[in-house]
Amino acid sequence: MELSLEQKFQDKIDRDERIEPRDWMPDSYRKTLVRQISQHAHSELVGMLPEGNWISRAPSLRRKLGLMAKVQDEAGHGLYLYSAAETLGVERDTMFDQLHTGKAKYSSIFNYPTLTWADIGAIGWLVDGAAIMNQVPLCRCSYGPYARAMVRVCKEESFHQRQGFEIMLTLCNGTPEQKAMAQDALNRWWWPSLMMFGPNDAESPNTKQSMAWNIKRFTNDELRQRFVDMSVPQAALLGINIPDADLKLDEETGKYSFGEINWDEFWQVVKGHGPCNKDRLAARVKAHEDGAWVREAAMAYAEKQEQKKLNTIAVKTA
Amino acid sequence: MNKNLPLYEIFIRSKNGLHHKHVGSLHASDAQNAIMNARDVYTRRQEGISIWVIESKDITASNPEDSDAFYAPAEDKVYRHPTFYDLPDEVKHM
Repeated sequence: MELSLEQKFQDKIDRDERIEPRDWMPDSYRKTLVRQISQHAHSELVGMLPEGNWISRAPSLRRKLGLMAKVQDEAGHGLYLYSAAETLGVERDTMFDQLHTGKAKYSSIFNYPTLTWADIGAIGWLVDGAAIMNQVPLCRCSYGPYARAMVRVCKEESFHQRQGFEIMLTLCNGTPEQKAMAQDALNRWWWPSLMMFGPNDAESPNTKQSMAWNIKRFTNDELRQRFVDMSVPQAALLGINIPDADLKLDEETGKYSFGEINWDEFWQVVKGHGPCNKDRLAARVKAHEDGAWVREAAMAYAEKQEQKKLNTIAVKTA
Repeated sequence: MNKNLPLYEIFIRSKNGLHHKHVGSLHASDAQNAIMNARDVYTRRQEGISIWVIESKDITASNPEDSDAFYAPAEDKVYRHPTFYDLPDEVKHM
């Protein structure tokens, strides 16, 4: 019996093989990936903004160099991901348009403001920590170009988390005021970081299909749990407190139970009503528009060079 | 005018003695700019010592849907492999 294209595709996935750009794939698989990869790329680009806010005010040259390198990495990660998405047939400018018109989403965490220097530490430690938790399993995603992009991203991301934790550690070993600043940053970033894993499994209708396609390897709640279990001892090492009265170690499982996430806040920010949604989008649009003349000039130059070359050939052959 | 700059595929040689290897793609106005952008995007941590760029539209690729038939002729040619030939165990260094 001849297997249908869908069956052949699913068999390949079940054998844990990779799908490459020119292979046949169901439209819904392609659409899911385009949405996920482009959202991921947008998150990397918008993620530069909260941290860029502190480059000119970093407390030392060492911190400034580290932060600049990190922000530059985020731009690079965005580019790896956009190029992975393009292999699925979506144009770069289409994705930019979707971001700039608010049609496409990006990670809600970047709609929170960076009020103090400690926020840069908390972002590296928690936000990049949560991102790593999400991204490591994506290195085994069934779509080849996405998985390969994630391998590069994960390699670079570990430096991000370490520089963040070092900032936190320095503050926590500093004056009482500095330690209070670190505590305040943890208070503000903890819950939004837990929200980065997305809705509870029961509220996440796409998870099942994404797991059947080997795009996702673990559910939102599984990854969130791992993140909590990893972060609690780290906070203890810093000597600051996670702002959750319900946080408790289950002696039997070795896992922490934790309080209910404020899902109203989560959906408010997703829908565009977070503290910085408008600022972030405006900054992105401005950067894109301000760069337009550079792209146009580079293109005009390239065309002129091309014409010159053709003219020289014409003269020689005349 | 197309708003997208042309797309280039990027190949990097990580060190002398190794092949250039495909690492991804990027947009640039021309090949020279593609090399400069590739330096910034793909070699921020000394990942390479040589970069090749080629416009994506200039690549011709085999069709994955034909791959069964396309590669089938090699399947029954086991005599192209050294293990096809029976030699006694006493023969050394072969």
